[in-house]
Amino acid sequence: MAKKTILLRHMAEGQAGLIYQVKAQGELGRRIRDMGLVPGTRIQVQGRAPLKDPVAIRTRDFTLTLRNNEADLIHVEVECGE
Amino acid sequence: MKEKHEERLVALAGNPNCGKSTLFNAITGARQHVSNYPGITVEKKEGYYSLNGQQFRLVDLPGTYSLTAYSPEELVARDLLVQDRPEVVVNIVDASNLERNLYLTTQFLELGIPVVVALNMMDVAASRGIEIDVDKLAQRLGLPVIATVARSGKGKDLLLQTVANFAASHSNWAPIRISYGSDVDLALDSMEREILTAQFLTDRYPARWTGLKYLEADEPIMNQGRQCNPQVATRLEEMANRLTEHMQKTLDSYPEAIIADHRYGFIAALLKDGVVGRSQGIDRLYLSDRIDRVATNRFFGPLLMLAILYAVYQVTFEYSEIPVRWLETGFAWLSSLMERLLPPGPLKSLVISGIIAGAGGVLGFVPLIILMFLAIAVLEDSGYLSRVAYMLDRVFRTFGLHGSSVMAYIVSGGIAGGCAVPGVMATRTLRSSRERLATLLTAPFMNCGAKLPVFAMLIAAFFPAKRALVMFLLTLFSWCAALLLAKLIRSTILRGPSTPFLLELPPYRLPTFKGLFIHTWERTWQYIQKAGTTILAISVLLWALMNYPSLPEDQKHAFDMERQSITTSLPEELRETVIIDRNGAQLSAQIAEAQRQIREVDHAEALNALKHSFAGRLGIALERLSRWCGFDWRINIALVGGFAAKEVIISALGTAYSLGKTEADKSTSLSQRMASDPQWSPLSAFALIAFIMLYAPCFATVACIIKESGSWKWGIFSMVFNSTVAFMAAALIYQGGRWLGIGT
Repeated sequence: MAKKTILLRHMAEGQAGLIYQVKAQGELGRRIRDMGLVPGTRIQVQGRAPLKDPVAIRTRDFTLTLRNNEADLIHVEVECGE
Repeated sequence: MKEKHEERLVALAGNPNCGKSTLFNAITGARQHVSNYPGITVEKKEGYYSLNGQQFRLVDLPGTYSLTAYSPEELVARDLLVQDRPEVVVNIVDASNLERNLYLTTQFLELGIPVVVALNMMDVAASRGIEIDVDKLAQRLGLPVIATVARSGKGKDLLLQTVANFAASHSNWAPIRISYGSDVDLALDSMEREILTAQFLTDRYPARWTGLKYLEADEPIMNQGRQCNPQVATRLEEMANRLTEHMQKTLDSYPEAIIADHRYGFIAALLKDGVVGRSQGIDRLYLSDRIDRVATNRFFGPLLMLAILYAVYQVTFEYSEIPVRWLETGFAWLSSLMERLLPPGPLKSLVISGIIAGAGGVLGFVPLIILMFLAIAVLEDSGYLSRVAYMLDRVFRTFGLHGSSVMAYIVSGGIAGGCAVPGVMATRTLRSSRERLATLLTAPFMNCGAKLPVFAMLIAAFFPAKRALVMFLLTLFSWCAALLLAKLIRSTILRGPSTPFLLELPPYRLPTFKGLFIHTWERTWQYIQKAGTTILAISVLLWALMNYPSLPEDQKHAFDMERQSITTSLPEELRETVIIDRNGAQLSAQIAEAQRQIREVDHAEALNALKHSFAGRLGIALERLSRWCGFDWRINIALVGGFAAKEVIISALGTAYSLGKTEADKSTSLSQRMASDPQWSPLSAFALIAFIMLYAPCFATVACIIKESGSWKWGIFSMVFNSTVAFMAAALIYQGGRWLGIGT
């Protein structure tokens, strides 16, 4: 199936994908990597907070929440289609 | 070899939420000690245990995800490992969340410190269908791995035995060499040679590790390097920069990102070929996820959160009422005992109004603090507090705060009637320093339980028709003020980007009684010890301010004469009764009238004495400023007294408005008196309410701010800043209202 790369912010609830690239640098970049979000890692969007921000994802057997502006730096490869 | 009786150091390390404190409590029991690392707010926990006749000191390192140097927790953990050189690090690894937990383990391996892995939460892993081959994992890591369940204490004895044995056989640090890809490896090799020839920081860190930190642009290490040997430091920095440039050009990435990738690659390699087995699909819904479907649901989530936060508030303040009253009764009894025992004079006044009232002020908070910490421990240990932060972050972030700030606000009086002392202490759950400081500085703007009686009295006097509405508006007003001022603080003195959020939602867990008890007790005890001494000292100081200098003898004499003349005007046979039985119930009208007159003289004397004291002079001096807000010197004295505790405002106003203590307690008489005073109007009352809401926190709170922020600076700042804000708000209301002709 065809693949495309989208931002984590734009993923739908329940949608899964593999991290393609993390654009964050400095402290934020390090925090993101410390949590195991490195290229090739599988993530799935678990849900969003009542005000649609932050977003909760499931990765490596735990649930992580990050703000939308942090999710903007994470590119995820997902399968095309609806 | 170490001497047998010598104390041996073991460190406990692991990710947050891996069951570290549960294991720490299980090992050390009550033999533990909590302090702060100097200058920062990270808690330092130490405990002791003995095994086979040997004494071990166990240091609980702050929970961290890695050993970089961005947060104070990580820096503290790393410095302790390098400086104190524990014989063994017990690395607790959550078996149900293995990959990410091993990231920290990998960094211990890079450092080379002897590590024993406690593979914790084996039960949770098993319930999730995760099976781990412990022996195989130990073999791959080259470290002892002991399966544990910290909650039940399973595996604890074997763990301690292994630690003791491992310490005896592994005294040297043995860093492992992980490959980070050819580019990094090449650079690292030449850096290592450079470091070894120059003996650069090698007394502290393994050579390759230092090189790695240069590639990761680790500021603290680079600073140490510059001090140690500037030439070598410059060369290493150049090498790191060259690699960074090269990687940016060829890979659009950075060395530290590549290094992290390879660490996770190393972990993946460790775990393949049957180390971890899964009996069920990865996407299976765990119980926690099912709870979260409701608990963080767009509609039910906020409702449930409101209900739970309200329950915390209720539990804290309702259930503490009874023990607080016991304490009050106890201190009242002590006061009356001293009243009888001590001869009249300054010593008596010091003991009763200074020391007993001060100690009462400190200890009176204790039941409140115990319950608040207990409630927070339940929310924290169960994992719900993370959900609150998750749901509210969007709102609080707008004002430069963090989702977790809500707890401090609520406890401080976000639902009218809290207390800022436990509120300021509740900010400990916040990990990001700027947000935490902004929260603890603005939490005292909330309407605490001590401000409420003052508001109630003023509302009864000036807004009798709309009491509930006004009270509700005041709550809203305080939230707006706190949030807006937080925004102001965050965009001026605490300016800076928000700390990355990245919050883990740990699985829901039932808190253990032991954990709750220990958490609650250690924090309460810290409060009694540290805040106690400061508050006591300051309440004695305040007592002195309000009592000295005392009235000159001639004035005292004049009041005595007045009282005497009232007594002598009575028939001979009634004089005794007036003097002895001053609070008698059924007396003739004549005596009652005489007593009323004497009381008035007493009040006049008290008022004059207050006016004469330092506090009174301060109040009069402040009139020049406070005129802008419509306050006279009497209000000023009450406000100065409010520094000690906001409750004092009412009694000081009582004195200033010539009311006896017993009458002032019934706030109706005071509010009647004020309502009929021509100097007062709804407008000036509103200005006063605004001022009391916003001005300097009470001393107990200031003492806590100093303790929690780790600096006197912030305590003084909160007094000056809050009072300035309060003055401007009150002046704006008063002058603006007068100009518009509202409520005058």
